[in-house]
This record gives sequence, C-alpha cells and structure tokens, in this order.
Amino acid sequence: MKITSGGVCEPGSTLANKTGGWRNFRPVYDYDKCTKCGICEIVCPDMSISLREDDFFEYNYDYCKGCGICANECPADAIEMVLEEK
Amino acid sequence: MSKPAPKTYLAPGHRGCAGCCDALAAKFMLMGTGPNTIVVNPTGCLEVMTTPFPESAWKVPWIHSLFENGGAVASGVEAALKALGRKEGIKVIGVGGDGSTMDIGIRSLSGAFERGHDITYVCVDNEAYMNTGIQRSSGTPFDASTTTSPPGKISFGNPRPKKNMPAIMVAHGSPYVATTSIGYPRDMIKKVKKATEIEGPAYIHAHAPCPTGWGFDGSKTIEMAKLAVETCLWPMYEMENGELTQVKKVKNPKPVEEYLRAQKRFKHLFTMDGGDEEIKKIQATADWNIEFYGLQ
Amino acid sequence: MTVNVADKDKMVVVEGSYAVAHAAKVCRPNVISAYPITPQTHIVEDLSQFIADGEIPNCEYINVESEFSAISALVGSSAVGARSYSATTSQGLLLMHEVLFNASGMRLPIIMTVANRAVGAPINIWNDHQDSISQRDTGWLQLHAEDPQESADMLPQIFKVAEDKDVLLPGMACMDGFILSHVYEPVVLLEQDLTDEFLPAYDPEYVLDPANPMSFGAFAAPDTYEEFRFMQEKAMQAALPKIEAAAKEFGEIYGRFHGGLIDEYLTDDAEVIVMSMGSILGTVKDVVDEYRARGEKIGVLKVRSFRPFPKEQIRKAIKDAAAVVVLDKNISIGLNEGALFTETKSCMYNSRCDIPIIGYTIGHGGRDVPRESVAKIIEEAKKVASSGITVESQFLDVKEELL
Ligand SMILES: Cc1ncc(C[n+]2csc(CCOP(=O)(O)OP(=O)(O)O)c2C)c(N)n1
Ligand code: SF4
Ligand code: SF4
Ligand code: SF4
Ligand SMILES: [Mg+2]
Repeated sequence: MKITSGGVCEPGSTLANKTGGWRNFRPVYDYDKCTKCGICEIVCPDMSISLREDDFFEYNYDYCKGCGICANECPADAIEMVLEEK
Repeated sequence: MSKPAPKTYLAPGHRGCAGCCDALAAKFMLMGTGPNTIVVNPTGCLEVMTTPFPESAWKVPWIHSLFENGGAVASGVEAALKALGRKEGIKVIGVGGDGSTMDIGIRSLSGAFERGHDITYVCVDNEAYMNTGIQRSSGTPFDASTTTSPPGKISFGNPRPKKNMPAIMVAHGSPYVATTSIGYPRDMIKKVKKATEIEGPAYIHAHAPCPTGWGFDGSKTIEMAKLAVETCLWPMYEMENGELTQVKKVKNPKPVEEYLRAQKRFKHLFTMDGGDEEIKKIQATADWNIEFYGLQ
Repeated sequence: MTVNVADKDKMVVVEGSYAVAHAAKVCRPNVISAYPITPQTHIVEDLSQFIADGEIPNCEYINVESEFSAISALVGSSAVGARSYSATTSQGLLLMHEVLFNASGMRLPIIMTVANRAVGAPINIWNDHQDSISQRDTGWLQLHAEDPQESADMLPQIFKVAEDKDVLLPGMACMDGFILSHVYEPVVLLEQDLTDEFLPAYDPEYVLDPANPMSFGAFAAPDTYEEFRFMQEKAMQAALPKIEAAAKEFGEIYGRFHGGLIDEYLTDDAEVIVMSMGSILGTVKDVVDEYRARGEKIGVLKVRSFRPFPKEQIRKAIKDAAAVVVLDKNISIGLNEGALFTETKSCMYNSRCDIPIIGYTIGHGGRDVPRESVAKIIEEAKKVASSGITVESQFLDVKEELL
C-alpha cells in the first residue's frame, strides 16, 4: 500500500476485504423450490448473489455476511440458513 | 423468471453491518443511476463503511468531503463539469443520511436546490445518527428511543414527530420530489432513474430501517421497511412540480402496533404505563397520512 | 518592488479589488464561488460583471448561500479538475475553517483571496490579520501582499505553486482589507498573454471521472493517518523553493518582483530590523527611510510567506542584527504575542543566535498605526539593542484612558 495524493482509492477495491468470515449462518439454496424470481439477488446488501447460466442463483461465500435477508424475502422458501461450523 | 436486476456499482467487502440498510440504499441508488455518475457522499455510516483507505466499495467516481456540505460539494461538481464541457451524460448524485440531509446539511442542500443545479439528492433516512451510535435526529420518529432520546420516568422517548423533509424540498421548487423505501427496490430504482433524467435538482427520500439502530434482526431489514409502508407510517409518493402525481396505495393498512412491536426502539411503549395512549398517537399519524396522501 | 519602466505607460488607476478580480480573471478560473462580506465584496462583484459580460470563458460562477458552501463547492469543483477560486475574509473565513482542513487534506489546489479583516466580537469590519492567522494550521499556503499590485500579481504565482505536482495544496493570497482592497492606485492589470505564458492549465493526476472512477475523501485509520499529515508537511516544504521560483519567473515575464518568501529592505548592515507582513510595511519603509537619511542603520524584513514559514530565510536575514522587532496584526490571546513574533523567536532559538527579539501587536480592528508609533517602536528596539529586553511583547498604543 502507498499513500496516494489526498487518499484517492481505486474503484471497487473493498473486494480485498473478504467479509465471509463474519458469517454465523450460511444461506443454502434448494433449487427444487426456487422459482428463479431474482428477489434474493436484489435484496442482498453485500452483492453476494449472482445469476448462473441456468438462471438459478449462486452465493459468493467470500463476502456473504449471513444476514439472512435473502432467506427471509424468498417467496418460495427456497433458502435455508444453516449454522456455520467454525 | 422476472426481468433481471439492473447492474449495480457497489462492490462487496464493505464494512456495513449484516443486513445494512445503507448498503441496500446505495446498491439500489446505483442501479437507478448507472455508471455515468459522480457520487457526493457526506459523512455517515454509508461513507465510513464503504471507504476505509485504501479501499473503496464504489465503482463510480465518489467523493466525501464533510458531514454538512453535500449539497455544496455536489453543486461544485456539477458546475465544474459544465465549465469543463464534461457534463453531457453525467449524473451528479448526492447521497446522505437523515442527519446530514435534514439537520446539519440542510443549508447547503437548500442552497443547491434554490440555485437549480442539475443534481439528484438521495436522503437515506434511517431515522437517527447511526454512525455516532444512534443519536436522535430530526428524522427520528415520535417516541422512538435513541441514545439521546431515551425513555425515562417522565419521557416516552423522542418528543417530536419526524420533520417533513420532502415538503421542504417541494417548497424549493424542485421539479421532482419522491419518497421511496428500500423495502421496494424496484420502486426506488425507478424513482432514482426518473430523478436523474429530470433536468434540475431532484430529491428522493428513501426510508431505510437500520437493524442495529432500531433493534431488529438483520434478516428483517426489507420486511421492516415494508411494514412501515403497510402501516402507512411511511407514505410513498411522487410530487412533480409541486403536484402530487403518484401514491402507492395501501389496501388494508396494518395497525402501527405491528410495526412498533417489532423494534426495540419502541419497546418501552409496550412496558410503560400510558404506552397504549402513545401508540394511539402514532396510529393517528398513520391515519393522517392515509387521509392526506390518499393512501387507500 | 522592482517596477519595469515600461509598466509606467500601462498603469491605470483602479481599485485594489478590481486589480485582484482582473488578475483572477486572467488566471482562467473554471469555477468561482462567491458570498458577500466586507471588505471582500468588490472582488466578487467585479468578477460577476466579467461573467455577465462573457469575459471569462469556460467558467461557472456560483452565488452560494454561505462561505461554508463557497469553499465546499470548490472542493467539489477542484476534485473534478476545475481551477477554482473564491474570495472572503473575517467571519466568512472562520466559517470555512472546517472545510479548509478538508481541502488541504484532499490536496486540492483551490485559491482564495483573503481581504484580511478583524473578527468579532466586537464585530468590526476593518483590517487586521486575525482571520487568516487563525487558519495557520489548516494546511493552506498563506502569502501576504504589501500593496494592490502585489495583491494582483500574487494570484498567478500562488496558483502556479499550489497546482505544482510536488505541492498540491490550497492557498490564500492575503491582502489587507480596505487598506488595499478599497484604495485606488495606479496598477498594471495583468496581461492575458503573459499570464497564459506564466501559468499553464491545471493538470491534476486524479479527477472525478466516470471513465476512471476513483474515490476521493476516504476514511483513514491510525495506521495511515499520520502518513497523510507527513505528506502535507512534505508538500509545504516543497513549496518553499517553488514560491521563490514562481516569484522570480514572474519577475522575468512581467518585470515585477515583490520578493519571494521574504523581501529584504536595507537589512544587510542593519542594526535594528523591523519585521512584518502586509501593507504596514509601506509605512515602516517610509519611517526607515527617514532613519537612514539620518545615518541610522535600520532595515525592514517583509515576510511574504507565512505558510510555509521560511525559517532559513528569516534566520539568515536577521542573524546579524543587534535587535529585531516584529509587528503583528494579530494576537494569541493568553500568550500576549502575535504569531509572526512567536514563530520568529522559535525559529531562532536553536540557531545559536541569541539576538534580542521583541514584538508588538498592532492595528487591531483597523486601528491606525501612524509613523510616530512606528518610530516609537524603532526607538524601543534600539534600546533593546543596547541594554536588553524590558518588555518582550506588548500592545501598541492602548488608550489607557478608556480602560
Ligand atoms: C461537523 C460534524 N459534526 C458531527 C460529526 C459526527 N458525525 C459523523 S457521522 C454522524 C451521524 C450521521 O448520521 P446520518 O447523516 O443520519 O447518517 P447515518 O450514519 O445514520 O447513515 C455524526 C453525528 C461530524 N463528522 N461532523
Ligand atoms: S428469492 Fe427464492 S425463489 Fe426467488 S430466485 Fe431467490 S431462491 Fe429462487
Ligand atoms: S445471507 Fe445476507 S449477505 Fe448472505 S447472500 Fe443472503 S442476503 Fe446476502
Ligand atoms: S448501523 Fe445501520 S446504517 Fe450503520 S452500518 Fe450498521 S446497519 Fe448500516
Ligand atoms: Mg441516519
């Protein structure tokens, strides 16, 4: 790290900070129940859900903090919050 | 499958609490603005959690100066873009908390709107000074407990109702003032987009329940935001050139009690003598909203 | 001041404020923010007329709602890469205080003219230096002009230093309110072609731009904050030779030189040296001329740059004097000293040069400093030179009958 003039930072550089370690519960998809509505992706405050080729979604556990919003908002009850084994 | 979510320009790795309202607000805001945007962000949770040097969660150009000057910095950004012939296609967005917008920064914002700069300002209203540890602001609702408006032997908490900030911005002659909520991402994205497409200063007031500050589980951020709308404590509307042009109807409003009971900041209303009378006063606010904005 | 003989033909009689506004104009600012406060108002009024007449290309003029926003708007504009200018004084400058630190910390080379004025209470609109001196530690370059011509000439110089890649600090060009801002004197209005030759376009390394979306104004924890401060100090030190160089180059191009960091007047053989900043130097030089006519070795040291503080230059200039007296139009209440006095003493202390230095705080709230008072000060300094210090620092001309 070098001090930049005035402390200017590179875009999107918080990617260096993997917040997945904060997680106590891990969200897990049940693709049998998922209707591919996309709500979970939108409501994630940590941009940890992305669309797969098959239109299902997947988690990025590097950053997911395990807040559980996705599970709470899923209309199909297709996300389970599982206790992390640490 | 429903239509895919617009791309956002906020990166993960930020330090917001699990279930953070400000992160959601910023995410949706950037979905509405797209990449050709310069963001001005006064001090507060959003600023602090997204930019711990040398990192930044922002993928659009972003500047933080101080707590109370967001409107002025945005004015300067817009003026500079114009002077340098670079304004075309670039949206200048201010985004600040209720404290920086409604309290300490209101002069600066008022100036920016009065002068008619082509900016969009988004207030992320989590109803207290969260970054400094949940102190009362003029956005804190009636009877809410904060660290500077605690209930006590002779107090039910915050003694004043929320300041009607959108009305103040309408009074500035803003062509577009809208309220929205992070509980309704598509609504927020749509309104931010519309605001940026309108020439002149536009104002979006986004209701943003904070799990840490209000005392509810981080999984309920969206749910709480929806409850505020469903109980009519947070009316969602658009005002164009001073006229109410759109209102989100609430078919069967839920009693405010349902909303209050879910949050620790109102817990005392259910344990203190006279709490039920207080809840009636809050219900009266919701009823007034229903009447005034025609929510039903 | 060295005056180019050819200048005589070019001189016009204008108000000091107009000369400064005109100088700001030829520096080709992109954003000007303005908020009225006496005695700065004429500068921003004149600039608004230039704008109304379409005389400043590629420039936006913002009538802000406070000085707090005047400087804040320039934080935004400078970060976009615009050359940014404002003018203020007194209460307005104090209102900017928080933002001044911010602009410097973000390394934004904003330039402001400060038409120095006293601060309230009691409210007072006349000149002293309490306003800008109180901003000493904000990380701004701070230069002080002696006359209207220098007030104007200082602008391209300070823009050039501030925008230098090794410096990147904001700067205040200070001129005494009313005394310089409202006086009508013959001056040369800065030529556009010469200014274009002297002052290149601002070329910042980072700007707010969607094509390269950098973040400005991040949060720094204890593991980096200290380095940010260190870098600011380094930039200030880098500015020292640049201020000299800019003054020299200005002299070559325009034919006028007002001094670099300091300006020495008859100091070489001086037994007593009077030090100060701003317009009072004119009176001091007049009095010193009388002393010299009588064969008395009195000299004058003008300090042009208060920040960065030119320790080396000051040490060198005064080290051979028998006594030094420093005149300050400001006071640190509770220390009973003006800032230039305190800092001059402090920079001599470790130089093993134990000359006596005394201080006067003068001209508070526009109090006239007549020649007789300057003579009285010089007499006191002469006494100090021969028999040592009796009073280290004092007010000048306090009206005992009012107390
Ligand atoms: C002039 C000044 N006063 C106080 C503060 C301390 N401060 C920093 S952030 C903050 C609270 C921010 O509240 P709000 O704008 O509502 O944003 P939130 O953190 O709630 O999202 C306060 C009081 C400051 N930084 N500057
Ligand atoms: S919210 Fe539920 S149903 Fe919708 S896409 Fe996500 S997992 Fe599938
Ligand atoms: S648990 Fe929270 S952080 Fe993790 S994916 Fe779901 S919404 Fe995102
Ligand atoms: S306190 Fe609230 S606004 Fe602040 S980071 Fe936590 S959840 Fe977000
Ligand atoms: Mg807040």
